[in-house]
Amino acid sequence: MSSVAPLPSQTSSLRMIQVLGGIAMLSGFLVVLTYQLTLPRIELNRQRAIERAVFQVLPGATTRRDFLVDDDGVRPAGEGGGGTKVYAAYDADGKLKGIAAEAGARGYQDIVRILYGYDPACQCITGFAVLQSTETPGLGDKITRDAKFLANFPLDARLAADGKQLANAIVTVKHGSKTGPWQIDAISGATITSTAVGKGLNNSAQVLLPRLHPHIDQLKVQP
Amino acid sequence: MAGRKRDDIITADTFLEGIWRENPVFVMLLGMCPVLAVTNSVMNAIAMGLATTFVLIGSSTLVSLLRNVIPKQVRIATYIVIIATFVTIVDYVIQAISLDLYNALGAFIQLIVVNCIILGRAEAYASKNRPLKAIVSGLGMGSGFTIALLCLGSVRELLGSGTLLGFSVFGAQFEPWVVMILPPGGFFVLGAWLLLFNWLRERKASPEMKEAVHAR
Amino acid sequence: MHADSLTYIFLNAAIVNNFVLALFLGICPFLGVSAKLKTAVSMGVATMLVMLISSICAYAINNLLVAYDLEFLRLISYIAVIASAVQLVEMSMKKFSPSLFRALGIFLPLITTNCAILGLALFQTAKEYNFVQSVSYALGAGSGFILALVLMAGLREKLELAEVPSVSQGAALSLMLAGILSLAFMGFAGLGA
Repeated sequence: MSSVAPLPSQTSSLRMIQVLGGIAMLSGFLVVLTYQLTLPRIELNRQRAIERAVFQVLPGATTRRDFLVDDDGVRPAGEGGGGTKVYAAYDADGKLKGIAAEAGARGYQDIVRILYGYDPACQCITGFAVLQSTETPGLGDKITRDAKFLANFPLDARLAADGKQLANAIVTVKHGSKTGPWQIDAISGATITSTAVGKGLNNSAQVLLPRLHPHIDQLKVQP
Repeated sequence: MAGRKRDDIITADTFLEGIWRENPVFVMLLGMCPVLAVTNSVMNAIAMGLATTFVLIGSSTLVSLLRNVIPKQVRIATYIVIIATFVTIVDYVIQAISLDLYNALGAFIQLIVVNCIILGRAEAYASKNRPLKAIVSGLGMGSGFTIALLCLGSVRELLGSGTLLGFSVFGAQFEPWVVMILPPGGFFVLGAWLLLFNWLRERKASPEMKEAVHAR
Repeated sequence: MHADSLTYIFLNAAIVNNFVLALFLGICPFLGVSAKLKTAVSMGVATMLVMLISSICAYAINNLLVAYDLEFLRLISYIAVIASAVQLVEMSMKKFSPSLFRALGIFLPLITTNCAILGLALFQTAKEYNFVQSVSYALGAGSGFILALVLMAGLREKLELAEVPSVSQGAALSLMLAGILSLAFMGFAGLGA
C-alpha cells in the first residue's frame, strides 16, 4: 500500500512500549468507566428479566426472594455459598405462592433452558417459561404456545414416601398416550423438544424437591 | 482508489462512497458474518448496524487522532486494542439499554471486533487522514453496512415471519416461509441481493462491453 | 446440563451446529479461500490449530479473569491471545512447511480476523465448559470448519468447468451453494439426542 514518506530512523523499542502502554491504559480507563457507569442498570435489567419469568410461572405473585438449596438446607441467597438457586414468590398478603427453579436438557438443536414453578401446597409443577432455546421456529417453539401441551400442567411432582425422590418420575410420553398426571403428553411433530422439557424437569425436580421439602416452612412466610 | 490524492477536503463523496460505490457488504464483501447471522429481524439488523457504526466511528476517530504517534511496527496491535475497547463499551451499553436485544444479538456484538470492515478502515483510511474526514467516512461506511443489513433483515423478516419490526404485514393466514429466518435463508437472501447488485452493475456497463460478455 | 458427553460436544460443533453453515462464523475465509481444494484443506488445518491453541489459552485466561473479577477485560485478552496464536502457527508453518506457508500467503495472518476463532472462545466461555470439554469443542469446531471448506472447494472446482451466467459468478454463486449446503446440514439436527 502506498505510504507516506518513511520515517528516517527505526522507532526505538522504548517508544513502542511507551505508546502501547499508553494506549492500553487509555483503553483500560474507558472500559472500566463504562463498566462502572452501566453496572447498576444492567443489574436492574437482569433482575427484571428474572422476575418477569418467575411471575409468569407463578401467577398471582407480586414479590420475590432468592434462596439457595443444598444438602444442608435452605438459606437466603445473599449469604453466599453453594447450592441451587430458587426463587420464592409471594402474593400481596405475603403468603408463599410457590418457588421457581431453572432446568435444562438437550433438545433438537441445542440445550433448552426453562424456568419452572412449583407449588408446595399441591406438590405440583405449575408451569414453565422458556429462558433460552434455539429450537426450530414453528415446530420446537410450539412448547410455549400449544394449548394441549400447556394443558399438561399442573404436573404432579409428589415426593415418594421416603421423601428422597419423586413418587413418579416425570417423563414425556408419545402424543396421546398419557396415563398419569406426572406424564407430559408430547407435541406430535416436536417430540424431541417436548422430551427435553420432560427430561429437564425430571432431572431438576428429582434433586431439588427432596432437598427443599423438609425446609419448606422456612420459606412459607415472607422474610 | 487510483488518482485520489491525500487531500484534506471533505466532499460528499467521502460519505457517499461507503454507501454505494464501496459498500462494505455488497461491493467489498467484508463483514459477512454478522450480516448473515443477525438479520432474521429488522430490529436486530438496525441494532447491529448502529453498534457497528458506533465502533467504526469511535475507533476511526481515535486511530486518526493518534496516527502520528503510533509506530508502524505495532500499528495493527494498537488498532485491535482500540477497536476492542469500543466494542466492549458498546457491549455494556446495549446490555444496559435492553437485555432482550442483547440476547437476540448474542455473541455477534463482541464479534464486531473481528469485523474486517473496521480493521480494514483503520489501516487503510483512518491512519492516513485527519479525524473529521475519518469520522465522515466512518459514518458513510457504517450507513452502507446498516443499509445492507436492512436489505437482508427486511426480506428475511417479511418472508420468514410475516412481520416487519414486529408488526404483522400479511395477516394471520400467512404461512411464514420459515427457512428465511434459519441459516440457509440468510445465505439465499444475501446471494440473491448480490445477484441483483451484479445485474445492476452489468446493466450500467457500456453496450460494447455487454456485447463482448454475451459473445463469450 | 453440563453432563454432556465429549462425543456429543464434538459432533454438535462439527455437524449439527456447524460453525460456518449454521452459526455463520468464518464466512470470509469460507468464501475467499475455498476456490481450490488444496488451499482449502491447508487453510482449514491451520485454522483448526489456531482454534485449539486459542481455546486452551482462553480457558486459562478466563479462569484468571474470573478469579480476579476482571471480566470486562475478557474481549481484549481473548483477541490478544488469538493474535499470538496466529503468529505462533505462522512461524511454525514457515519453519516446518514453507511450501504451505507460501501457498496460504496473506490468508494466514487473516486468520486473526476469522470470527470463528473468537466465536469459539466466547461460546465455550458462555457454555462454561471445563478443560476437556473445551478441547473437544475446539476439535469439533475445527473439523466442522474443514468439512465446510472442503465441501465448498470441491463444488467450486467442479463449477469452474460449467457455464455460469455472468451475473451470478463469484460470491453470489458461492452463497447460494452455501445455502443449499446449510439446508442439507439442517438434516443433522437431533443427532445424538
